[in-house]
Amino acid sequence: MTTPALQVTDLRVDIPTRRGIVEAVRDVSFSVLPGETFALVGESGSGKTTVCRALLRLLHPPARITGGAVRFQGRDLLRLRERDLEAVRGRGIAMVFQDPMTALNPVLTIERQIGEALTDAPRDRGERRRRLVGLLRQVGIPDAEHRLRAYPHQLSGGQRQRVMLAVILARRPAVLLADEPTTALDVTIQAQILRLLASLQQQLGMALVLVTHDLGIVRQVVHRVAVMYAGRIVEMAPAAELFARPRHPYTVGLIASVPSMDRDRPLVPIPGTPPDLVGLGEGCAFAPRCPLAAAECRRGEIPLRDVGPERLSRCLKAELVGAPVAV
Amino acid sequence: MPSEPLLRVRDLVKHFPLPRTILDVVGRRPPEAVRAVDGVSFDLTRGTTLGLVGESGCGKSTLGRCILRLYQPDSGAVWYGDVDLAALDERALAPFRRRMQVVLQDPYSSLDPRQSVGSALMEVLSVHGIGTPADRPGRVATLLGLVGLNAADAHKYPGEFSGGQRQRISIARALAVGPELLVADEPVSALDVSIQAQILRLLLDLRGSLGLTMMFISHDLRVVRYLSDEVAVMYLGKIVEQAPAAALFSRPLHPYTLALLSAIPEVEAAPRQLIEIEGEPPSAVRVPRGCRFHPRCPWRTPRCLEEAPALRSLASGHFVACHEAERHAG
Repeated sequence: MTTPALQVTDLRVDIPTRRGIVEAVRDVSFSVLPGETFALVGESGSGKTTVCRALLRLLHPPARITGGAVRFQGRDLLRLRERDLEAVRGRGIAMVFQDPMTALNPVLTIERQIGEALTDAPRDRGERRRRLVGLLRQVGIPDAEHRLRAYPHQLSGGQRQRVMLAVILARRPAVLLADEPTTALDVTIQAQILRLLASLQQQLGMALVLVTHDLGIVRQVVHRVAVMYAGRIVEMAPAAELFARPRHPYTVGLIASVPSMDRDRPLVPIPGTPPDLVGLGEGCAFAPRCPLAAAECRRGEIPLRDVGPERLSRCLKAELVGAPVAV
Repeated sequence: MPSEPLLRVRDLVKHFPLPRTILDVVGRRPPEAVRAVDGVSFDLTRGTTLGLVGESGCGKSTLGRCILRLYQPDSGAVWYGDVDLAALDERALAPFRRRMQVVLQDPYSSLDPRQSVGSALMEVLSVHGIGTPADRPGRVATLLGLVGLNAADAHKYPGEFSGGQRQRISIARALAVGPELLVADEPVSALDVSIQAQILRLLLDLRGSLGLTMMFISHDLRVVRYLSDEVAVMYLGKIVEQAPAAALFSRPLHPYTLALLSAIPEVEAAPRQLIEIEGEPPSAVRVPRGCRFHPRCPWRTPRCLEEAPALRSLASGHFVACHEAERHAG
């Protein structure tokens, strides 16, 4: 059995606000194998980005981790000293964001930024430059020699994301956390970046944690997926099986909400809106919008339970949940 | 089929000049402009929905705004019946403002945070002189009901609503004047997918019950497919393909349309690998010679580098601007 590259157990994040404590993340556990692509999927406020940032302790205050463990290479990142964690960030576990402009330094050239990331930078300037040009070519940046001298604002959104991936390539991390890496990009550029990401992953044998709201991306590029709702994982499954037979009513609703190129499949919205995460209370957070909800769904804590090989669902009625496409 | 067009757009052009620096003037460089809309013609049939699709910077929003006369086009005509909207002054345009309405992408910035929803709708009614002051509150309640909100919501402020509810309010405001034409510019792009589906359903229902003619602008082909009768694909300021929705999706003819379709991550099934394009769209300031798509096109021939293809009909109602369409997509 392969050891997971990253193992998250019972992660819990609170955000204190004036109105009370926002239960941003509750009871989140998952692991990712080397070379595997794992997706955290959900809508705004589901906690997917918060989980991702918490793994490297990059949460913005007042958000804080109030429980759990993140095992990476035999250590718990949540209990590491800040100095030791600094050595993990970027080199052991790297992260790419939706807007690469926030991750790149606006006053440094591309050469400086990727150069800093080289783990074994050659002393010789010519040699170093050749390495950097090679990296930019690998991520598909045309006219690489010239582009080394550019500043981030002189590049398009797609090219900036490519530069970020060149940095990843230079660092060769074991785990890559990608938070909506293509959401700001046009669809043809998105397709290019996703292809590039997949080839980097193969080349480096990285574990990839992809945070996304786009079920289409999940369907096309992901091995395993966790669906999040109101700060909790409500379903976990291999991607193909999640779409073939979802086992949580929220997943069903989410899939049916995506407009299809096949117009014969009806578009069925989920009624209502996601809940307020302050004082969420007892029972299933999805119950108010759920067609299967019964009295027992509104009581106590609903556990995430086994519903098949490699399949988990946080639904008491998981066995009654049908396929999303009624034929 | 009532095929009389509500709107006939002819050779519409809108360029945005770039600011000139002193160096440009001294160096006698020719003035440059972003060629956002660069010669667009189409008909919009009454009671139908035209989906206008393309990536950022292709000019789809500018085109929508030129038609609404939120922008003054540089040249070309927008025939609304037998009146050219592009040639009217603001005063002559006023009666048409009531017949054309818009819903924008961001329901956070298109509503005044300090005005209650009811008061915003009342204002629209009174500006356009619709109804009497006595019956306007009733009309407001009807409008809110039409978009799936409660009459009691009239007293609330935009900040008290979620994104999806705000978009419902924007739609209610657009419908308040009883328009014939609704231009929806990325109306669901800022919304989560479950809420997006609610708004799409609402637009579909309203279109049916009110007999609206719609122009639906989006970067998302999946959404466009769902709502449109006819679809036009734009690239760098021009329409490159236009066809009835079913034909465009089942038998796309332009390589760019094929690339867009290939790039959509579908929930349904395995990816359909039709065509992959590399590179990024060129700047709309320095538009490539010949066919605008040629630098990224896998089908290009020497002719494409020299001669811009005209939008021509290849099948009934199916128009494409590509020299090579028959050979590859036929």
